[in-house]
Amino acid sequence: MDFTYTILIPLIPLAVFLILGINALKIKENVAGIVGVGGLLASTILSFYTAFQYFFKVGKVDGVYQTFVEKTVWMNFTDTLAIDMGVLIDPISVMMLVVVSTISLMVHLYSRGYMHGDQGFTRFFAYLSLFSFSMYGLVLATNLFQIYIFWELVGVSSFLLIGYYYTKPSAVAASKKAFIVTRFADFGFLMGVLMIGYYTGTFDFMALNNPAALQDLSSPIMQYSGITFMGFSVITTALVLIFAGGAGKSAMFPLHIWLPDAMEGPTPVSALIHAATMVVAGVYLVARLFPMFYFVEDGIALQVVAYVGGFSSLFAALIALTQHDIKRILAFSTMSQIGYMMMALGISGYGGVEGLGFTASMFHLFTHAMFKALLFLGAGSVIHAVHSNVLQEMGGLRKYLPITHITFLIAALAIAGVPPFAGFFSKDEILAAAYESNRLLFWVEWTVAGLTAFYMFRLYFGIFWGKERVYKHTPHESPLSMTLPLMFLAIVSAVAGFVPFSQFVSPDLAGYTTHIHMNIAAMSVGVGVLGIAIAWIMYKKETDIADKISSAFGFLYKWTYNKFYFDEIYLFVTREIIFKRIAQPFAWFDKKIVDGTMNLIGNSTVDISKKIKGAQSGKVQDYAFAFVSGVVIMVMVFIYFMN
Amino acid sequence: MIPGVSIYEILTVTTLLFFIGIYGFVTRKNLISILLSVELMLNAVAVNFVVINKYLYPDMLQGVYFSVFIIAVAAAETALAISIIINLYRLATSVEVKATETMKY
Repeated sequence: MDFTYTILIPLIPLAVFLILGINALKIKENVAGIVGVGGLLASTILSFYTAFQYFFKVGKVDGVYQTFVEKTVWMNFTDTLAIDMGVLIDPISVMMLVVVSTISLMVHLYSRGYMHGDQGFTRFFAYLSLFSFSMYGLVLATNLFQIYIFWELVGVSSFLLIGYYYTKPSAVAASKKAFIVTRFADFGFLMGVLMIGYYTGTFDFMALNNPAALQDLSSPIMQYSGITFMGFSVITTALVLIFAGGAGKSAMFPLHIWLPDAMEGPTPVSALIHAATMVVAGVYLVARLFPMFYFVEDGIALQVVAYVGGFSSLFAALIALTQHDIKRILAFSTMSQIGYMMMALGISGYGGVEGLGFTASMFHLFTHAMFKALLFLGAGSVIHAVHSNVLQEMGGLRKYLPITHITFLIAALAIAGVPPFAGFFSKDEILAAAYESNRLLFWVEWTVAGLTAFYMFRLYFGIFWGKERVYKHTPHESPLSMTLPLMFLAIVSAVAGFVPFSQFVSPDLAGYTTHIHMNIAAMSVGVGVLGIAIAWIMYKKETDIADKISSAFGFLYKWTYNKFYFDEIYLFVTREIIFKRIAQPFAWFDKKIVDGTMNLIGNSTVDISKKIKGAQSGKVQDYAFAFVSGVVIMVMVFIYFMN
Repeated sequence: MIPGVSIYEILTVTTLLFFIGIYGFVTRKNLISILLSVELMLNAVAVNFVVINKYLYPDMLQGVYFSVFIIAVAAAETALAISIIINLYRLATSVEVKATETMKY
């Protein structure tokens, strides 16, 4: 089967980006919307066709999914080490194609309504297309270097879209922060890529992910794995560095500080990039290299992934409890759910049912993308109606926004893990996998499940129930272009859980059957319902219970409200230590010594030339005199020596 | 060939003439005088051509022809120089060399 046509999936958005981007000032809003949505629709159709072909027609041979690679060599270094450009079709890349296409198309449709009348409408759609191109490229990458290139491209598109309202200082600061933090993490990624290239001699995923070669210490890939760095094999170190890049993009602790600020961007952007697709790139990266993570040194790097993910999910869930900005609550919730996925990857085994963690992680990625995008788009619809982000300024909106209300409720139920919505199934698999392999992480995630249900319903009751209030402008339901994507995503969020995911996605590509783990399901649903019930009591009617509890917990409340002061810690480290103690002496040396030497040379040249420029009088006679005298002197010398 | 006059005497005279031209070219301030000095130098050279031809290679004529050529070129050059000087006068209402110093440095 020839999958070469999949190269069109990223190339169509690229063409749209070029058309809209170059003519950003000329193209009218209507045309830009149609071109943007049309281009993405074409990519989406191709993606779904690919998925259908791959999963149901040609992908499976003897019960095992095949990997199809179509590539062309771009830069050749040695016999094995080359940077290729191409497409790699395997279960997770096809699954990601479906996720990215669905969410991106919905967000494009939604943006036509949400951004209506905005001055930079065409620019916005151009950026969205650039992002779609980069994300498709990232998903389809055939080797580490290609994925790194597209990794940076999604970073750039994220930067451009966060700073979309570039006249707003907070948006500019947020885009800079996001770019610098993720770029800092990507430095680790680059180091990891280079180390892998140096020690294994290849960037190619097909060569790197070969389980047989990874288990054989004399194979070309593992031949240098005996070399250690800080007590670990160099390959493990490289994998941890690569994970650092993934943690930066996926807002894992301690590189999470950019994600809440990134909510300064337009809400559809938050839904597309900072909830559903780009932030799960880190999870995708670890999943892409899963055999390496699993087999090298018995998975030490994978342990790091598991604990970082588990801690991040708890940490973010605690912060989300007390935030007031509805988009920030969703941002911390995203971070928490990505922590779930990372943790599930980290505790996963490799073959057959052992690989439940991997499957569950990908499954959760899929369902989370749907319901989190829905939550963000719903929040966008609310913000559109109320013109505010702050939870305290909302309440009683269910009468004004019926469609948003119902769809938001479905998404909240899905993320809280209430059956039969999508989140229940994926979360159940994650918890079951954690229960089998790591009890500590299981209890952490179980607690997080309860916290998630609580803060989600705090948000839901706060927006749609609570105090009845009088709004300056009566809120009204959003136009159909915005509610249609909401309804579609709500249907998907409701039924996506019934997809037999383990048949399609598993680490050894063979597929297996899972069942619902009743006892674990009972525990997770129990804690979820408990969270919802507490939220019901505290926030359904306007009561002062919440205030009483927050004042009772005084400093704990303040800590979580201020996000455990992590922004302040980073500012202290950068401003007080790095800028003052390190950068300033270097700046002094640069200004005084380095620049001083150069200025001295330049200034003395100017001084000397000022003194001697009088010799150039500008009179022809003077020059003629000098010329004649020279000739006379030369003739005299000549005559003297000739005789 | 002038009887009783050797080539050295004539060459001494033309050399004097040439250096008087150079002296005038270097010291005069007036552009017309400078032009005259240039003419002096040219004439010295033209006389040299004729004399050397007649005294050293009496059966040839190249030197004589060349001096005729120099006279023609000198006439053209003078016409050109005069036109430049007239234009300069229009521009600066002066024919002094000082008036052309604006191109200094």
